[in-house]
Amino acid sequence: MITIPYLTALTTYFSYGLLFAFGQFRDFFRKIFDWWGTTNLQGYAPISLDFEDFYTRRLYLRIQDCFGRPISSAPDAWFDVVERYSNDNNKTLKRTEKRIKCLNLGSYNYLGFAAADEYCTPRAIDSLRRFSASTCSPRVDGGTTTVHTELEECVAKFVGKPAAIVTGMGYVTNSSILPVLIGKAWLIISDSLNHNSIVNGARGSGATIRVFQHNTPSHLEKVLREQIAEGQPRTHRPWKKIIVVVEGIYSMEGEICKLPEIVAVCKKYKAYIYLDEAHSIGAVGKTGRGVCELLGVDTADVDIMMGTFTKSFGSCGGYIAGSKELIQYLKYTCPAHLYATSISPPAAEQIISAIKVILGEDGTSRGAQKLARIRQNSNFFRSELQRMGFEVLGDNDSPVMPIMLYNPAKIPAFSRECLKQNVAIVTVAFPATPLLLARARICISASHSREDLIKALEVISQVGDLVGIKYFPAEPKKQQQEKGTIKLE
Amino acid sequence: MQREPLVLESAAGPHTIINSKEVVNFASANYLGFIGHEQLLNSCTSALEKYGVGSCGPRGFYGTIDVHLDCEARIAKFLGTPDSILYSYGLSTMFSAIPCFSKKGDIIVVDEGVHWGIQNGLYLSRSTVVYFKHNDMESLQNTLEKITSENKRIKKVRRYIVAEAVYQNSGQIAPLDEIIKLKEKYRFRVLLDESNSFGVLGSSGRGLTEYCGVPVEKVDLITASMGHALATEGGFCTGSARFIDHQRLSSSGYVFSASLPPYLASAAITAIDVLEKNPDLISKLKENIAKLWTGLSDIQGLSIASTPESPIVYLRLETSTGSVKDDLKLLEDIADHALKEDSVFVVVSKRSTLDKCRLPIGIRLFVSAAHSESDLLKACESLKRAAKIVLVNHI
Repeated sequence: MITIPYLTALTTYFSYGLLFAFGQFRDFFRKIFDWWGTTNLQGYAPISLDFEDFYTRRLYLRIQDCFGRPISSAPDAWFDVVERYSNDNNKTLKRTEKRIKCLNLGSYNYLGFAAADEYCTPRAIDSLRRFSASTCSPRVDGGTTTVHTELEECVAKFVGKPAAIVTGMGYVTNSSILPVLIGKAWLIISDSLNHNSIVNGARGSGATIRVFQHNTPSHLEKVLREQIAEGQPRTHRPWKKIIVVVEGIYSMEGEICKLPEIVAVCKKYKAYIYLDEAHSIGAVGKTGRGVCELLGVDTADVDIMMGTFTKSFGSCGGYIAGSKELIQYLKYTCPAHLYATSISPPAAEQIISAIKVILGEDGTSRGAQKLARIRQNSNFFRSELQRMGFEVLGDNDSPVMPIMLYNPAKIPAFSRECLKQNVAIVTVAFPATPLLLARARICISASHSREDLIKALEVISQVGDLVGIKYFPAEPKKQQQEKGTIKLE
Repeated sequence: MQREPLVLESAAGPHTIINSKEVVNFASANYLGFIGHEQLLNSCTSALEKYGVGSCGPRGFYGTIDVHLDCEARIAKFLGTPDSILYSYGLSTMFSAIPCFSKKGDIIVVDEGVHWGIQNGLYLSRSTVVYFKHNDMESLQNTLEKITSENKRIKKVRRYIVAEAVYQNSGQIAPLDEIIKLKEKYRFRVLLDESNSFGVLGSSGRGLTEYCGVPVEKVDLITASMGHALATEGGFCTGSARFIDHQRLSSSGYVFSASLPPYLASAAITAIDVLEKNPDLISKLKENIAKLWTGLSDIQGLSIASTPESPIVYLRLETSTGSVKDDLKLLEDIADHALKEDSVFVVVSKRSTLDKCRLPIGIRLFVSAAHSESDLLKACESLKRAAKIVLVNHI
C-alpha cells in the first residue's frame, strides 16, 4: 500500500486546485468570446460537454509533449526519439527531422525480443513469404493456417495447460472472452486495480461485479463469504458460478499477485480463478513460465490462464489456455474467433520462435541467459533506487518498477529533464492512476547491459535531486565501508 | 455439432492448398488480390528487418513509430479527410470508437443487420439504441421522426445513425445519399463502417462516398478494418480533426492497448500506393463480381441476397427449413460437396451466441480481382451441382 507523506499530499492537492482554478478562469473567458462570436454547430448537439473535456483541455494539453513521443527505430535498449516542436503552446505538435538517441526505459521489452533477432526474424520473414502478411479471413472461415495450429499447441505446452486459443490482440482477448464465458447469473469478483480490458469484458458480460481490496486474500475471503450468504441481488437465489479475476503482475504497481493464498481461498469456497498474465508470462519464473512457476502453484489449480504476447515475446496478440472442453467451446462462440481477421502469420511465427529460444530448443542457451539477466537487472535496479531514497513500488523479481512523483508539476519536469540527458522515461498520471498518485514507470529489459543501468541510475539520481522526489532518506554510504572491513577479516 | 475449420497450407490467395490439394479460394476477403503481391512483401520485409515484429508499447508510451504517423497521414490524404487514427485490431475499431462519443442518455439509431463489433460498441456505450429495418430507408425515416417528435430535450442530446457501407451479414449496400438527406433534415450525425467498401466501391476505390457522389465531409466518422481490401491487419477511423483528437485520449482500444506492429502499417501504406497507381484493379473486380452474379442467379433452391455491385455475394436458401440449425446443416453440406468434388472453397456465415442479428444465414463468396474467369465459372457450376444434389429433398 502507498502511504503519502502528509506535506506531499497537501502540496499535491494545492497544485491540482490551482490548475483547476486557472482552467475554470480560462473557460469563463472562452465562453464570453464564444458568446460574441457565432457557433457553427447549426442545431447539432456538441460532441463533448464542458466538464467531460475539462481535464483534457486545461491539464493534459499543457504537458502533452511528455506523452506519445514517436520513435524512428526498433524499441530496443537504445532507440531514436523524434524531436517535436509546437507553435501554439502545445496544442499541436509537429515532427522535425532531428533524432535523439536515448536509453529506453519505457517499452515492454522484458526479454529483449523487440528488435530484429538472429533466430526469430529470418523465420518471421520466411513465414511472410509463404503466407503473406494477413489471411483476410476469420479463423473459422479460411483464416486457420498450419502456423496457427502449431502456435496454439506450442503455447499450450509452454503454459502447462491441455489446450489454448490465440487471438490477434490482447485487449480483445479479455473483452470478448469474458462475455462468452460468463452469463447473467454469475458473480465476478475482481481485484480493485485490474486493467481496463478486464473491466470492459466484465461489464459486457452482464454479470454482477464485486471488487476486493488490491492483492488482499483476507478481504477476498470476506467478500466471498458475504456474497455466497446473500445470493443474487433481489431474488437471493444462490449464484450459478463465481469467478475471481486477478492479474499476475499489476502493471501500474509492479506487484506480484499473492497467488497461493488466493488459490487456497477459492478452493475453499469453490470459486473459479481467471489469471491474466499479460506482464508476467515469459518475464518471471525460472524457465519463464510466469507467476505459477515463480510462486509454486500447480497450473491445474488455475482454471483459466490468459496472457499477451506483446511484452515478453516481441509480437502481438493474446491467448487463453484451459481445459480441452473449454477451448473447444470458445472456438465456436468467441466473437474474436468468428468475426475478426486471424493473427498475422509472421507475428505468429515470431511467437513460436521466441518460445523456442526461451526453452532452449534452438540449440543455444540464449533463453536461459535472458531470463537470468532480467532477474539480475530488475533486482539490482530496484535495490539501487531504494538505496538512493526514491519511493519505489513493487516486489522483488518484478521487472516493472514505478517511482512515485505525486505532484502534478513534477511529471513534466521529470520527463523533460530525463530526455535532455538522453534517458526516455514513461510518466503516468490521472486517469490511469488515482488523482494524487502520479508516478514514473520503469520497465527493465534483458537487453539492458550493466553500464546502461548504471548510466540510467546516475541520470535518475541527478534529476531526482533537481525535481525533489527522494521522499525517503537515502541510505548512508557508511554501510559499504563496513561491508568492506568484514570481507577483509 | 460443429465442424473443425479447414487448415490452409499456403497463403490465402485466389488459389490455396488444403489437405495437399489446390482449391479455388472464395473465403478470404482479398478483394484487390494483394495477398502475395511482390511490392507489399518487400516493404514488409524491410520493415521487419528495421523494426522487428512488435511495437512493444501503447501509443502513449513510446509505441508510436514513425510508420504509424505516416500511415495515418497517407489514409487521410487518400480519402481527403483532415486526419485519421490507427487501431491495432479491425474488430476493436468500432467498439472502441462508439463509446467515446456516445454515453448514457444519448440516442443511436442503427440498422438491425450490423455486425457484432458495432453491437458490442452500442452495448458498452450504455446509450439508448433504436433499431430500424435492414437497409430500409422508410423505416429509418419513421424512426427518426418518432424520436424527434417524442423527445422534448432532443437538441441537447447527442444523436447518431450507425450504418455499414456493405453489410457483412447480407452483402447489401447502404444508400448513403438518402441517409445523408435524412441526417441533415433531423440533425443526426452519421458513423459509417466501410470495412468491405474501402478500396472496392467508387471509380478510384475511395469507398461509398465516392460511389454515391456524397462529399466525404458530410459523413462525420468513417471507420474501416484493414483486413479486407488492404490485406493487412488493424483498422482505422477517419474524419474531422475534432473527432479524431478526442479518440486519442478516450478510446479504450487505442489508449490501453499496444500499437499496431510496424510492418503491418508499412504494408498498408504500400497497398494504398499500389491502389492509387493501378485503378484498373477496381474495374477488374467489378467485372468479376458481375460475371459471378450472372452465373449464380439461376441456381435452384438458392437466391442471391446481396446488391449486384457488392463484393460479397451472399446466397440464401429460397425456402428455409424453419430452424437455424437445419439451415446451417444444409448450407454446410453444399459447401462440403463443392470442396470435395470440385475443389471450390466457400464458407457459410456463422453466428456467435452473443450476436443479436436475426438476418438469415447463408453462403458467402468473397470475390477478388485476382480470380480468373475459369475460377468463377468453376464456382458457378460447382454450386449449381451441389445445390441440386443436397436440396433435392428439400425443395
